[in-house]
Amino acid sequence: MFARVSEADFSQQALYDELCAHSLASQSGAVVTFTGRVRDYNAEGAIDGIELEYYPGMTESALQQLLEQATARFELTNAGIVHRVGRLPNQAQIVWVGTCAAHRQDAFNGASYIMDMLKQSVPIWKKEWAGDTANWVAAKGTDSEAAMRWLTEDKDD
Amino acid sequence: MKVKFFAQIREITGTESLEMVVPADATIEGVRQALMAKGSTWHEALSANVLCACNQTLCDGTRAVSDQDEVAFFPPVTGG
Repeated sequence: MFARVSEADFSQQALYDELCAHSLASQSGAVVTFTGRVRDYNAEGAIDGIELEYYPGMTESALQQLLEQATARFELTNAGIVHRVGRLPNQAQIVWVGTCAAHRQDAFNGASYIMDMLKQSVPIWKKEWAGDTANWVAAKGTDSEAAMRWLTEDKDD
Repeated sequence: MKVKFFAQIREITGTESLEMVVPADATIEGVRQALMAKGSTWHEALSANVLCACNQTLCDGTRAVSDQDEVAFFPPVTGG
């Protein structure tokens, strides 16, 4: 399991290889990876990249906790996450999530859960640049709803 | 205690972190109220929808805190 915050870009192949090198991952029939990238627009129009701020220490432990929750809930055989911070241009890679499981549904659900809960509970804040102007991104209701979906299922269990 | 601020709250107050002494029966909400009383920019920054953490774990305003704790205030998160 690995949870990292990094200014540097990442190689999807290197992260995939690291994820699958884990001994339990050798029993996995399914590997799902997700990569989030910077869009070149928002609701107001074109943007020129983003900037991400984080809480050193808390962000890493929140990411680690999220992986542990997903691993327990979906019987993952391994999971990893890398989130970049700092100034990122359009199209840059922002976040990578990888999950391994015996079967595909758990791997898909695990990756989806990690991304939904990340957007709700991990201390990272996004600013969008347009020319010389930067605006903080407001938290989206649709992100809360996505996280609530998992939390509501918790109650139903 | 050490108090940290992030994102909009850090920018509006112009403060990344500060040290303050709190009473024995202090709560996070009490800390927030004391900071808001520092002036209009502090009031503006901390009166909106604010999340808080104690010792790097999310918590609510009723959480008891002491001078040994690290407290943080920040807006709803927007990573990913």
